[in-house]
Amino acid sequence: MRTRSLIATVAAGLIGAVAGIGIFTFGYAKGASYLTNDPKACANCHVMEEQFSGWITASHRGVAVCNDCHTPPGFVAKYAVKALNGWNHSRAFTLGNFHEPIRITGLNRRVTQAACRNCHGEIVAAIDARPAAHTGPLDCIDCHRNVGHLH
Amino acid sequence: MSPFRARSEAGAATLRLLAVAIIAALVGAAVVALLVNISERKAEARNPFFRVVELDDDTDDPAIWGKNFPLQYDHYIRTVDQVRTRFGGSEAMPRTPTDADPRSVVSQSRLEEDPRLVTMWNGYAFAVDFREERGHAYMLEDQAFTERQQVVNQPGTCANCHASLHVVYKRLGDGDVFAGFERLNQMPYSEARQYLEHPVSCIDCHDSQTMQLRVTRPAFLEGIRALKASQGIPDYDPNTMATRQEMRAFVCGQCHVEYYFKGPEKRLVYPWAKGIKIEQIQAYYDEAGFHDWLHADTGAPVLKAQHPEFEMWNQGIHARSGVACADCHMPYERVGALKISDHHVRSPLLNVAKACQTCHRWTEEELKARAEQIQERTFLMRGRAMDALVQLIGDLKAAREAGRSDAELALARQLQRQAQFRLDFIEAENSMGFHAPGEALRILGEAIDLAREGQLAVRDPDYQPTFRNQAAAPQPPSQTAAVPAAALTQLAAAPPAP
Repeated sequence: MRTRSLIATVAAGLIGAVAGIGIFTFGYAKGASYLTNDPKACANCHVMEEQFSGWITASHRGVAVCNDCHTPPGFVAKYAVKALNGWNHSRAFTLGNFHEPIRITGLNRRVTQAACRNCHGEIVAAIDARPAAHTGPLDCIDCHRNVGHLH
Repeated sequence: MSPFRARSEAGAATLRLLAVAIIAALVGAAVVALLVNISERKAEARNPFFRVVELDDDTDDPAIWGKNFPLQYDHYIRTVDQVRTRFGGSEAMPRTPTDADPRSVVSQSRLEEDPRLVTMWNGYAFAVDFREERGHAYMLEDQAFTERQQVVNQPGTCANCHASLHVVYKRLGDGDVFAGFERLNQMPYSEARQYLEHPVSCIDCHDSQTMQLRVTRPAFLEGIRALKASQGIPDYDPNTMATRQEMRAFVCGQCHVEYYFKGPEKRLVYPWAKGIKIEQIQAYYDEAGFHDWLHADTGAPVLKAQHPEFEMWNQGIHARSGVACADCHMPYERVGALKISDHHVRSPLLNVAKACQTCHRWTEEELKARAEQIQERTFLMRGRAMDALVQLIGDLKAAREAGRSDAELALARQLQRQAQFRLDFIEAENSMGFHAPGEALRILGEAIDLAREGQLAVRDPDYQPTFRNQAAAPQPPSQTAAVPAAALTQLAAAPPAP
């Protein structure tokens, strides 16, 4: 019994220590900022510095922040996308093995494309009703690539 | 409960606790590792520069700068790499060192690759030895040991672009860079060589205190001043008047340009007083009555073009879009949380992702294929122009041997001079047309035409060449016709307004 309670004490201590270090690391890495809509949080690690400074000078700076175009509407969907990207980004930045210049993934491009239509749906409805010679919906950012930020 | 069962349950609980403790310990180790990594990244982002040595305007040893800027230095020393691209780059060729030339590795001989070059340059030192250029690291030895040095006594002027020179100028001129420049030009190369210690180095492009880009070569300061004066901008000084983006091209333009040695004092001059397009440079040389040598086969007073990368880039779409040399040849690279420009100066084709994809969103294969398509077209036209020129030289040589008079051959010789300078302008330029594809093909097209006109002039003493009375390109009909030509040429040198 003595051994067991000793191990229990050590385990509890370790769990407490891990929790403490974890909480500190979260705070030190400005973890809470990632739960906000503040665009500065997206440039915390400096990889997005160019996109951030591009956004400051781009036409959408007054009407949309990063999350408006790069996360889907709805609490669950928004935080699911945030969590997935958060995991991918921190893994990439920690290990350093990512393609540069950075490239948007298929999922995130679809999210952004949907965001364009979310605000500009009425305007593009007429464009969508074009002759059926083309297949699939037109992609706004093929042409309007730099409205959010320069690339 | 049997005592046995109680003991085994107690044992399982102990094991469970032990497992929890081990897992907690592992997780703890992982979190601490992450914490340390975050801390390192934050430190990288906060302070990219530790001053461990003092630098001043007399520090020309790049290794000393490298103590303060180890990442840039690490890139810089990699210019020893010899890598081929499809149309350029150098390949390491072993050779047996001799007393005159101790190099054990050189790059491939361009004269062996294309013997027509020997005909083009007959009578000039380049017909004896001309190899593919290697990286910056080799500039001292490749200049010192080329066989050209053995056949002609070269002036100290050559050293202007084959070493780190800022401190040398100051030493030779007792602190006065221009006085040092003039002294160096008037020395024989063998004497100048004693002063040369390092290949082009940090101090040739950077201010030692602020790290700002700056132009240190007197010839460029004079050349760009003459060019800007021709565009109506008096007293131009890049070090006080150029934008940072312009400087990212100007520092390279200090050397990667067409030049000549003016007068008995062998002053290094960039022939831009009438402009930097080929015909403007040609007109400058014609007016100055300058020729590099008399062609051995034909007696024509011909010109040698030398690596006019800056001039050709100026005529291309990248310059027009405000893209500087450094954007593609020294692209930004991330090292941890830091962003630095890659000081391993090299062909963008060896670094397509960072050099091209920052702006062009195509795959690396596609971008490379596009660049090589431009180069292949230029290469094919270069071959046609080379054939035309070699045939003109053959015709002229035969006519000369047949006893035709100098007066009879003057026009054909003049056409050889014009054709040859155009072809050599593209041949000597290090991008195989990429820096300005349309301009390269225009120049080669003119070279072919001029060479063929030269052949006609050899055959018919009364031949009237058409190249002198070409109509200027039509101006656009609308209000833009009022824009003075100088304003248009200026556009090509300056980045566009945002």
